[in-house]
Formats: sequence, structure tokens, C-alpha cells
Amino acid sequence: MTEENQRKVVIPGEVLAKGDEFLLGEGTQKKGNGEIISIRYGLLEESNNLIKVIPLSGAYQPRRGNVVIGKVEEITFNGWVIDIGSAERAFLSLTEVPRYVNKDGLDEVMDVGDMVTSKIWSINKRGIDLSIKSRGLGKIDEGILFNVNPNKVPRVIGKEGSMINLIKTNTGCNITVGQNGLIWIKGDLIEDELLAKNSILFVTEKSFISGLTEEVEKWFKENKIRGDKK
Amino acid sequence: MAIKREDGRKVDEIRPISAKVGIIPNADGSAMYQSGKTIAIAAVYGPREHHPRNQRNPAKGTLRCDYNMLSFSVTERIRPGPNRRATEISKITEWALAPVVMLEDYPGMVVDVHIHMTQADAGTRCAGINAAAMALAHAGIPMKNIVSSIAIGKLDKTIVADLNKHEEDFEEGEGATDIPITMTPDGEITHIQLDGTIDKEQLKEAIEMARKVSKEIYEVQKKALKDVGEGK
Repeated sequence: MTEENQRKVVIPGEVLAKGDEFLLGEGTQKKGNGEIISIRYGLLEESNNLIKVIPLSGAYQPRRGNVVIGKVEEITFNGWVIDIGSAERAFLSLTEVPRYVNKDGLDEVMDVGDMVTSKIWSINKRGIDLSIKSRGLGKIDEGILFNVNPNKVPRVIGKEGSMINLIKTNTGCNITVGQNGLIWIKGDLIEDELLAKNSILFVTEKSFISGLTEEVEKWFKENKIRGDKK
Repeated sequence: MAIKREDGRKVDEIRPISAKVGIIPNADGSAMYQSGKTIAIAAVYGPREHHPRNQRNPAKGTLRCDYNMLSFSVTERIRPGPNRRATEISKITEWALAPVVMLEDYPGMVVDVHIHMTQADAGTRCAGINAAAMALAHAGIPMKNIVSSIAIGKLDKTIVADLNKHEEDFEEGEGATDIPITMTPDGEITHIQLDGTIDKEQLKEAIEMARKVSKEIYEVQKKALKDVGEGK
């Protein structure tokens, strides 16, 4: 992940390149004089003439296919309205539940205030549609749930899941990372869950250093010993 | 006919400025801008659901600014809460920022910008706009450019940059004229106001001076944003 640290921070209006040979990615725009400018504040990424800007901060931007964790806000006659931290309302349809549900018994499946992991199935003008028809999705019964900055989520997951797998193997916990910044940890022991939580907070704090995976390994060595002595 | 400025500045010299981004952890974007004794803090929330619903724009997102001078920001305590002046400056800030923010992708949503003046010593609307521009960028709102704002003044017959409170109350000769100008680093003006009297030639001169000093402000804004992005 070292190359991520060499990426340049760009601000809106900054000229990134000039010419016709470049492809415009997300967060960029071409001006009349051929200059390609950034329209977002973030990190510049350039590969194969494709220029894009990855946002560094700000509110969560929902995307199709994202796994998100949300809170049931409202029960309607044919589903649930879920707060996933985005401006648009997210809706989970009753037809997503694989078994038969009585029209009066929606609250028996999920009540207001329950937490649920789901996948963004589509984004349209009316709002966001969620799906729970996948393994590991559905209502959350137990475990630890906490919030991190949504922009740090890629760091918590790591390249091809390297970081999250490291944390999973070191703590023996089941971890679901919602792209909207909510993280759900479930382990056999509360100590393991807390260790996993602290390690994730460590990752978000130190998200700027290079070689973060090694740092986390070191962190686990130090903190695990302390735990054993107790 | 050199006019002597009370704090010994040159005519085109602005007060010492500093900026910081990411000062409010709970906001989606935030920034502080200081110019001499004037300090503005801005917090941006959103894009989020627009309330009240009847003010929603189904075609594009709305920018909503709120300017507020804190009761302790001036020597004589001011009554807190919105007043005629604060309402006007809120609207002015909105108009100064609207040409650069791109809210087409957020129909029916709102971006809230809250500006608080913790210390006021003239040039508060400019400080507020500068802080708000940084905070909007920090919140990840798509923008065509950053804007920088500066008040150019005229003391008697001399054009000077960045008036302070003492100079704003200048009464000799033709008195003081205050011209707050907001522009992008390319020199496109998004907002201009004028309080006082000035002739055409001198107004052109004032705009030229604004173009020059707004570059200095832009560099400070740019540096503040890049520093927080690089984890400094």
C-alpha cells in the first residue's frame, strides 16, 4: 500500500493534466481550453491515461453493490425504511425475506431500531433499494457495533481484504465492514471483540503511514501479550 | 499622497492570514480562516435530506448558508441570534459560493454551511466565505473551483487592501469605501458589493488589486487543504 502514500492530494479547480489523450474518471472535468481539472477534494490516481480523484473526506456516497449496515427507521406495509447514513432513504422490500411473513407481522422479522446488514441493490430517482438475499446479510442479533469515518473503510479492508483478514485471523472474530462506516464484530469472547475493535480504531488513526499491515502486525504482538498476562 | 495606515501596512498588504481545515470532527467538512483579528469557522453538513420539504428543489441540490456573529466576537456584546445584517450576509455568502458548487447530482437534498465569527474586526463576510469554501471542499462537495474573498477599500482617495475595523470608520476627506470581492483563482468574480462612493477608474483599480491579493489567500487555502489531506 506504499504507492497510496505517494498519491498527490488535489483540491477542486486544480489543473491535473492537459490534452486529449486522457480519459476522464470520477471527480474530474474538462474545461473549454482542454485542461482537465479536479472537481473534488481527494487523492489523484492516474493509470493507463485514466485520471480520477478519490475522495478523502465528506459524507458517505452510496454506490451499487456496497454492503452497508443500517438501522430500521420505519415499517411500511411492504417493507422497511433503513437509515444507512446517506441523504436518500434506503428501502428494504418484504420480498427480500425468504420465508412467508404475515402482513401484520413485519415487526417480528425486524422492528424499529434493529440493526441490519444489507447490500445496495439499486440506486434510482426514488431512492435506494436494499437486498438481504446473500450470505451474511440480515438482522444483527449480537456483537459490537461501532462507527468509523466512511472514507477510512478502504484502509480497514485493505488491498483485496488483506487488512481485515489479518484482523480476523488475529482475533478469531467475524467482522462485517459496512461501506457507510459502521462495523459489526462478533466473536466468542468479549475480549476478542474489543481487541478487534481497538485494532480497527488503530488502523483508522494511523491510516496515513506506509506499510500499515506490518504496523498492525506489530500492534497485535504488543497488545496480545498484554492481554495474556492479565 | 501616501496615506499612512494605522497598523503600518502597505496599501496592497493584507493582514496576516492563516487557515486550518478539519477543525470540527462531527461535521462532514470544516475549516477556520483567520485574517488579523477576524476569525471565522465554517462547518458543512451534507448533502442530506432537505427540510422543510416544500423548499426542496427536485432538479438540483440546494446550498444553504447561515452566518452568525457570536455575542462575544466584538468588544460590546451583541445580541445573539439572527438579525437583519446576518440574514443579508448569509444570502450573500450563498450567492458568492453558488457559482462554484455543483449540486446537480443531489436533487432534493441540501448542503448546510454554518459560519460562526468568533472574533470580528471587519472583513467578516470575506473571512466567512473563505472558510466556507475550504469547508465545502473538505466535505467532498463537487466544486468547479475554490473561491477567495477580500475586501478592498478606499480611504479618502487611496485604494487599500483589506480594511480593518479602525480603517472602516475612517472619516477624513471622502471617507471610507468598502468593496468586498469574491473571485476564483482564474479571476472570475462571483460576488462584489460596494458601500460608499467610488468612480469607474478607481473601481477597476480596486478589482485589479483584488485579483492580486486573492491569489495570496488562495495559496493559503490550498496549503491548508493539502496539509490535512497529507495527514500533517
